Amino acid sequence: MRFLLDAEQRAFAASLDARLTAADTPSVVRDWSRGEHGSGRALWRKIADAGVFGLAVPEEHGGLGPRPVELVVALVELGRHAVPGPLAETVAAAVLLAGLEDTGPAKRLLPALASGEAMATMASEGSYALDGDVADIRLALAHDGVRLAAGHGPVSRSLDPARRLTPLTEGGELLGGAAPFGPAVDHARLATAAQALGVGLALLDRTVAYVGQRTQFGVPVGSFQAVKHRLADAKIALEFARPLLFGAALTLDPADIAAAKVGACEAAYATARTALQLHGAIGYTAECDLSLWLTRARALRTAWGGPRECRELVVSGGGRRW
Amino acid sequence: MDLTASPADEAFRAEARAWLAAHVPREPLPSLETEEGFAAHRAWEAELAADRWSVVDWPAEYGGRDAGLIRWLAFEEEYWASGAPGRVGQNGVSLLAPTLFAHGTPEQRARVLPPMATGEVVWAQAWSEPEAGSDLASLRSRAVRVAGGWRLSGQKTWSSRAAFADRAFGLFRSDPDAPKPHRGLTYLMFDLRAPGVTVRPIGRLDGRPAFAELFLDEVFVPDEDVIGAPGEGWRIAMATAGNERGLMLRSPGRYLASARRLHALWEAQGSPEATRDRVADALIGARAYQLFTHAAACRFLEGASLGAESSMNKVFWSEYDIALHETALDLLGEEGELADTAWSEGYVFSLAGPIYAGTNEIQRDIVAERLLGLPKGRR
Repeated sequence: MRFLLDAEQRAFAASLDARLTAADTPSVVRDWSRGEHGSGRALWRKIADAGVFGLAVPEEHGGLGPRPVELVVALVELGRHAVPGPLAETVAAAVLLAGLEDTGPAKRLLPALASGEAMATMASEGSYALDGDVADIRLALAHDGVRLAAGHGPVSRSLDPARRLTPLTEGGELLGGAAPFGPAVDHARLATAAQALGVGLALLDRTVAYVGQRTQFGVPVGSFQAVKHRLADAKIALEFARPLLFGAALTLDPADIAAAKVGACEAAYATARTALQLHGAIGYTAECDLSLWLTRARALRTAWGGPRECRELVVSGGGRRW
Repeated sequence: MDLTASPADEAFRAEARAWLAAHVPREPLPSLETEEGFAAHRAWEAELAADRWSVVDWPAEYGGRDAGLIRWLAFEEEYWASGAPGRVGQNGVSLLAPTLFAHGTPEQRARVLPPMATGEVVWAQAWSEPEAGSDLASLRSRAVRVAGGWRLSGQKTWSSRAAFADRAFGLFRSDPDAPKPHRGLTYLMFDLRAPGVTVRPIGRLDGRPAFAELFLDEVFVPDEDVIGAPGEGWRIAMATAGNERGLMLRSPGRYLASARRLHALWEAQGSPEATRDRVADALIGARAYQLFTHAAACRFLEGASLGAESSMNKVFWSEYDIALHETALDLLGEEGELADTAWSEGYVFSLAGPIYAGTNEIQRDIVAERLLGLPKGRR
């Protein structure tokens, strides 16, 4: 047993971090929020070049996957940089397509997902699809199977300006009947949890930096115990969410994934509240980049299984095995 | 990255499980914090030790199995899952023994560790003083040099288990002229029944004498009971705090077992909706603590120093433990008020967690300053 990332996995995270830092993701997020997707598409291809989407795509379809641990490593970094777009959905769509009995749709659609040329969104019947107006592939998890939706309904704005929610149109090509949605939904949930952890880590880093330089009463506000203790609690919550996430990537057990979703999203959201409070009024502005992560933390909490649904899964499945 | 136990580790776990199934008392022992219960828990330690299950991670020469951290974690999961009694020797095993392994002499280890492993000698800690709690380095109890040893005088307090224990260990000021409060302290072991020692038991919240005040009046301690060099006590006492000791103070197995029992209680009560989220959080927290500890153990085994990380551990388990027991008592309804149940005993015990072993305020300062790099300020 060695429950630690190896050197290669750590190097992968570091190289993604470096690429994303260089890409100035905050301005990409702001473009995306205005409906200008060019810079986001370009970033998406860089992420694909780094091998991220290939981690969800099996080798026979041009990928390197499935590699859930590496996917989590990558999605934590993407969350840390607030990368916009249907990331969890694209990962889950790859898993879904690869698992279909008929290999035709996978052969047709997966190479473009792996290469970053295409983005996929995915939604259960009656749910919103993230960025359904932008995605090239829209998968509807319908009562009779997976359908390739032809279009989308009206666009609703999310609390996170970089996320736009649409229902998918009914009907469309039936790619597979009675497909097992479980693994795809689990991957979407795990990928969302991983992004949430990254969002929380970014909020913590930014807030630690801010309270170190912001002075009041002649000293950095970060020297006050009330401030320190809130940040210590955020750090503790995030560090205890991290192993839940990697444990879930290893077992892919639905209860483990649900636990990781609760752990990461609660930690990220609590960190967002702390970050907002400790930034003071400047943190409450759209102008301050902090807002990109603050609003993301709220949105990811609900996506692919909110706290209630995930806790339900934990009490119905987790307790006896752990 | 993997979570798969080796066949040898699995075999070790199975052996522990079988032994526990055959030996764990059918009826719970009386409370550890009573004279009768203390004796019963001491006898249980002897039974564990007879088959070398009392200190599995220790070297065989002192009564252990050289099991290492990973197997220790497995043993603890089996131990607490089996419903086995609380550990009366915990203070000695988790606080003093690691210090002796790191800083004691071979003679001290040979003399002190085997009777600690069997429960023949139960140790109490003697850190706090009436005026030295979180600011432990301001302690004033003295150790004065005399021929062949030291004479200890002063007052210690909140000494867990001291009401019924045999010996104690702690820090004493041996050089009152040292330039800083952390200097000039010496780490000593002493007999709680030595002439000049008065033990005054203190009732904890439920009245049981879980700790005691110690009054020391010219108590003689021979040189052989000084650990490390005189004046180096602070460094020695703190050196192990950030390593395996931080990991081993409370094992994940303990909370996994408690969370499973809470879950079973919740189901037995008809799975009430109102407490579902809290039960789920207890399960999630136990899993998080288990996996966090596994990762920390792996880092430690690869040579990393855990350092301030153990402060995160301490805040996490101490607050987790209270929340879990509060949920259980709430689930029990009217029965939740009753004393002398496993849940109420656990609840009273849990309430002390955020206070002892370095208050959670001190731990949060450590996390903020050493892990996050925030500037030091007034406490």
